[in-house]
Amino acid sequence: MDSRDDIREQIEALRPYLLRFASLQLHDAAAAEDAVQEALVAALAGEASFAGRANLRTWLTGILKHKIIDAIRKGGRETPIESDEALEAMFDATGHWPSFPAAWDNPDQSLEQKQFFVALEMCLKGLPDKTARAFLMREHMGLETDEICKELAITSTHCWVLLYRARMALRKCLEMNWFGKQ
Amino acid sequence: MKLLTCKEATSLASQGLDRRLGVIERISLRLHLAVCAGCSRVAKQFAFMRRAVRQLGSTDL
Repeated sequence: MDSRDDIREQIEALRPYLLRFASLQLHDAAAAEDAVQEALVAALAGEASFAGRANLRTWLTGILKHKIIDAIRKGGRETPIESDEALEAMFDATGHWPSFPAAWDNPDQSLEQKQFFVALEMCLKGLPDKTARAFLMREHMGLETDEICKELAITSTHCWVLLYRARMALRKCLEMNWFGKQ
Repeated sequence: MKLLTCKEATSLASQGLDRRLGVIERISLRLHLAVCAGCSRVAKQFAFMRRAVRQLGSTDL
């Protein structure tokens, strides 16, 4: 293991501490997680500048503070990401599948069936509004994430979370209402 | 490099459709997909849903 991996591991080990720190400031678990995530991304991008000259925890907390301030400034504009219980329920406590998702048999054949698009639209309608909007802007209109962020006044991290949730919910819905039924 | 959970792997697979993943992210994801049938299916299904949604409203069926 080289020293880069070593720092990454140490950073990862500090995540729970950083989360507690951010949660105290932000009173919102999702926003806190976002701030920590952004801080860690920034830290990993700038890890060369760390180079052992300060205490790792102090250095990371310093970066996190800036991210928390950003989050608070944005607070007025952006609604926090609510937790998505349906998504949480798809995985066990360790983040793995309780049972593997099924393979979809010859999905491209479905693209030639009108009924498939009826099912798809129904599944899209079942998504929360903002999630559906983000997903359709991305996949139907083909917009880039930053355009979607601007339009919905959300951060790119938030946008990726919404798109991920949309895809997971949609695949589950299609599995139940289309692919599982064929 | 930390091994990904299925939740992290599917999240990265999703993000890979929306942004350019970093080198570490790409390698971790590829390693995970190579050994996890469940997540590889989901990654393929994400790509399929993209094709499907692009066709939505543009096909005369």
